[in-house]
Amino acid sequence: MLLRHTPTEIKEREALTVNPAKTCQPIGAMYAALGIHGCMPHSHGSQGCCSYHRSALTRHYKEPVMAGTSSFTEGASVFGGQANLLSAIDTLFTVYNPEIIAVHTTCLSETIGDDLNQIVGKAQEDGLIPPGKRVIYASTPSYVGSHVTGFSNMVKGIVRGLPVKSAAKSDTINIIPGWVEPSDMREIKRLAKEMGVPVTVFPDTSGVLDSAMTGHHEMYPKGGTPVADIVAAGANKHTLALGAFASEEGAKALEVKCGVPFTTLDLPIGIAATDRFIQKLSDVSGKPVPESIADERGRLVDLITDMQQYFWGKRVALWGDPDQLVALSEFLCDIDMRPVYVVSGTPGKAFAEKMKKILADIPEAKCKNGASADMFLIHQWIKNGKVDLLLGNTYGKYIARDEATPFVRVGFPILDRVGHSYFPLVGYAGAIRLLERILNALLDHKDATCPETQVELTM
Amino acid sequence: MTTAILEKRRAQVATVKDGKASIACAKPSLSGSVSQRACVFCGSRVVLYPIVDAVHLVHGPAGCAAYTWDIRGTVSSGPELHRLSFTTDLRERDVIFGGAEKLERALRVLIARYTPKAAFVYATCIVGVIGDDVDGVCRKIAVETGIPVLPVRSEGFRGSKKDGYAAACDALAGLIGTLEPAEPVPPYSINILGDFNLAGELWILEEHYRRMGVNILTRITGDGRVDDIRRAHHAKLNVVQCSGSMTTLANHMKETYGVPFKQVSYFGIEDMSAALYDVAAFFGDPVLHEKAAALVRDEVTRLLPLIESYRARLTGRKAVIYVGGAFKTISLIKALRLLGIETVVAGSQTGRPEDYDTIAGLCNPGTIIVDDSNPVELSTFARERGADLFIGGVKERPIAFKMGMAFCDHNHERKLPLAGFEGMKNFAEEVYASLMTPVWGFVRNPRKGGAA
Repeated sequence: MLLRHTPTEIKEREALTVNPAKTCQPIGAMYAALGIHGCMPHSHGSQGCCSYHRSALTRHYKEPVMAGTSSFTEGASVFGGQANLLSAIDTLFTVYNPEIIAVHTTCLSETIGDDLNQIVGKAQEDGLIPPGKRVIYASTPSYVGSHVTGFSNMVKGIVRGLPVKSAAKSDTINIIPGWVEPSDMREIKRLAKEMGVPVTVFPDTSGVLDSAMTGHHEMYPKGGTPVADIVAAGANKHTLALGAFASEEGAKALEVKCGVPFTTLDLPIGIAATDRFIQKLSDVSGKPVPESIADERGRLVDLITDMQQYFWGKRVALWGDPDQLVALSEFLCDIDMRPVYVVSGTPGKAFAEKMKKILADIPEAKCKNGASADMFLIHQWIKNGKVDLLLGNTYGKYIARDEATPFVRVGFPILDRVGHSYFPLVGYAGAIRLLERILNALLDHKDATCPETQVELTM
Repeated sequence: MTTAILEKRRAQVATVKDGKASIACAKPSLSGSVSQRACVFCGSRVVLYPIVDAVHLVHGPAGCAAYTWDIRGTVSSGPELHRLSFTTDLRERDVIFGGAEKLERALRVLIARYTPKAAFVYATCIVGVIGDDVDGVCRKIAVETGIPVLPVRSEGFRGSKKDGYAAACDALAGLIGTLEPAEPVPPYSINILGDFNLAGELWILEEHYRRMGVNILTRITGDGRVDDIRRAHHAKLNVVQCSGSMTTLANHMKETYGVPFKQVSYFGIEDMSAALYDVAAFFGDPVLHEKAAALVRDEVTRLLPLIESYRARLTGRKAVIYVGGAFKTISLIKALRLLGIETVVAGSQTGRPEDYDTIAGLCNPGTIIVDDSNPVELSTFARERGADLFIGGVKERPIAFKMGMAFCDHNHERKLPLAGFEGMKNFAEEVYASLMTPVWGFVRNPRKGGAA
C-alpha cells in the first residue's frame, strides 16, 4: 500500500502542506507565454525554476519546452538582477531570435525588489530590443496565489504590452480561453468557426505544445497567437473571458486599456457551461447557433439519457484548479452524480462562494481551497467516507491505488497518461469524451471487481 | 564550427583532436541561455531524497516541493515516507514577517505524526533572502524531539546543482559518526556512495558484492536508512559512484574517520567489472578476487551472445550523450562502443576538467564535446554529425524524438535498471528497440543520415 502514510484522523496543521494541490506562479506564466507565436518565455530567477517548469511542462505534454533563465547567482541576489536580465535579453534576441520575449519573475527576484518595468525600459533605451521585436513581462511571485494566478498575471502582461486602442471596432471577438489544453483551444476555435464568428484566441498553445512530428526540432513551432493578432485585439468588439480565475483579470485590463467590453464565463466544460458559452458567442456576434452545433449538443444529451442509470448518486472526489472544478462540479450535478469532496490549493474566497452555490443540493459535500487544501486532506476525507470516482490530475494515482477507486485524469499535470493534448474537454464533444472516460472507468471497475453472478454482457 | 554556439559559450564547446580537447567548464551559465541545468536546491533534493525513513521538508513556496514530488524513480525496500511532499508553503505574510516560526510548527506536526528517524529541512531561494534562521530552528527542534534535524543550505541561487550536492553532503556529514553499530561490523564492509537505487539498481550491485563476500554497511543514499548512515564511519571503504555528487562526503569521511574511497561506475560491462575488481584489490584477499572473477566470467558469458547479436545490427550508428554527471558520459561512451555505436557528441551539465580529458581520450577525432549545453547546440550538433541516438533526460527526450532520433533516458525516468550486468542488457535492449522502432519509417521528412 503506497500511501499507508495517510492516517484517517484529521488534525489541524495549517503550517504544513502535505502533497500540494497546486504549484507556483511562474509555470503558469511560462505556459501562457508559450501561447504566443514566436515567443521565448524567460524566467527571471535562479536556474532551477526554469528547469523545473520546463521539465514539468515537458512531462505533461511530451513536447520540447523552450525558455530562458536569468541564472541568478549569489551576487545577483544581493545587488539585484538587472545586469542578468539585460544580458539575457541581449543573448535571447541575438541567438534565439524570438519575435517576442515574455519575462516573468520568481520569488527570488520579487523579494529582492527587481522592477521589470524599469529594467525592460532600460533594455529599450540601451538598444537591446531589435526593431520590431518586443519584450513583455509579468510579476509572478511564487508566494502569492498559485500557478493559475501566474497564468492570469501573464495574460495581464500580454494585455499591458500588446493590444492597441482603436476607435473603430472590428467584428472579431477576443477569447481568453483560460488555462486549458492545446486541444481545448483548438476546439474553441473550431466551435467559433462552425458558428462563423471571427475570433482571436489568446493565449493559444495549440500547434505549440501538441506539434506534429516533422523530423526537425523547431524552436518556435507554427502554432500560437500571432503578435499582430493580439495587437489588433484592442480593436475587437468584445472579449469572452473563460474561467474567472485564469482569464478575468486579463479581460478587465483589456477593457480598461482599450475599451473592449468583456463577459466572464465559466470554462465551457459540460453541458450547461457550454450552452452559456455558445449562447454568449451568438449574442455578442449576432450569429445564430448553426444546426451542426445543435446536433453536437443533441448527441451529448442522447448519451446522458442512454447511460443515466450509471451516473445517479455516484460520489465523486475532485481536485485541481478552480475554473475546472467549478465547471466540472456543475456538470457532475447536471448528470446526477454527487461531487462530495472538492479541493484546490489555489486560494481565493470567490471559489468557495461559487462552489457553495453549485453544491447547494449536496449537503454532505466538503470543499476547501487555499492553505493546507492538499492531496493529503482529500485522501483523509476519502478514508472517512468512500467515493465511487476520482477526478483530477495525476497526483490522484496514489489515492486511486490505495483506495481501489476508479480514476479519470483531468487537469494539470497529467504525467502518466496521454490524450489530454489531443482530445478536448471543452465543448459538447469534450463533454461526450469526458462521459465516455467516466463511464468506462466505472464499468471497467465493476467488471473487474463485481461477483461473478453480476457480470453482465450488456451494460 | 557553427553559428549555433553562443559567442560567450565558445570555450565550452570543443572538438576532439589527437585524443585531446580543451574545454572550459564549471562556469556559471550565461544569462539568457536555454540551459538544461538546474539549481542548488535540485542538487540537494535529488541526493537526499532516497533516504526513505526521514521526512524531507521543503521550506519555501509550494512550487519547489511540487516539482520534486516523487519525480525520481528511486525505490525503497521499506518505508516510503520520501515519496510524500512536505512544504511550509510560504505565503506573502511569511515573506514579510519571516517563516522561521511556521517552520517550527510544521516540523513539530510532521515529526509527531510520522516519527521519522531524521528530518531534512531544505532552504530555498526565498529563505536565503528573508534570512530565516533555519539552523537555529533545526537545533531547537532536534533537542525537543530527540531526532537529528538537519538544515540543508540549498538556496537555489548559491551556485549550480553541484553546490547542492555539496550542501547535501554537509547535511549527511552531520549524521555520520553519531551512532555506534550494535554488533561487530564484518571485515569486508563497504559503503556504496552515489547510487540512488533508480529502478532498483542498487539491489543489483548489492547482490554482486554479496556474491563476492563483501558486506554493504550503508547505502548512501539509494534505499537509504538514517541509522545506517549514522553508523557509516565503520566501513572499511567507500565505493563512490557519481563522483560529482559524493566526492565531498567521501573526502570528509576520509579526513574525519580515515575511511578511504574508490571511484567507480556501474554502467557497462567494463566499468561494472572494474568496480568489483577494485574492491577485491582494496581488501587484498585473493579469495575475493577469485569470486569477483568468477562472477564477471559468469555474467559476461551470459551477456556476450546478446551483446554480439545487437552489435551486429547496431554497428555504425552514432550517438549524442548529454547527461548530468560526466562520470556517466564516460561509462556510456564505453557501453555504446561495446554495442558498435560511436559517440559523436558527448557532454554533461556539470563535468570537471579531468572528466572532459577522459572523455576526449575515449572519443574518436572529430567528436564534439560540450559543457552546460542547450537545445539549439545539441540539436545542431546532432544533425551535423548525423546522430541516430540521443542519451539524456526528461528535457532532451522530446527534442530527440522531434528530430527523429532514437532515445534512451539515462536519468530519473529510466524504467528499467541500467546499472550492473543486468543493466547493460536492459540498456542494449532499450537502445536497440528505440533505434529500430517502425515509427521512423513513417516520418515524412527524415533527417539526412537519419535512422533506418
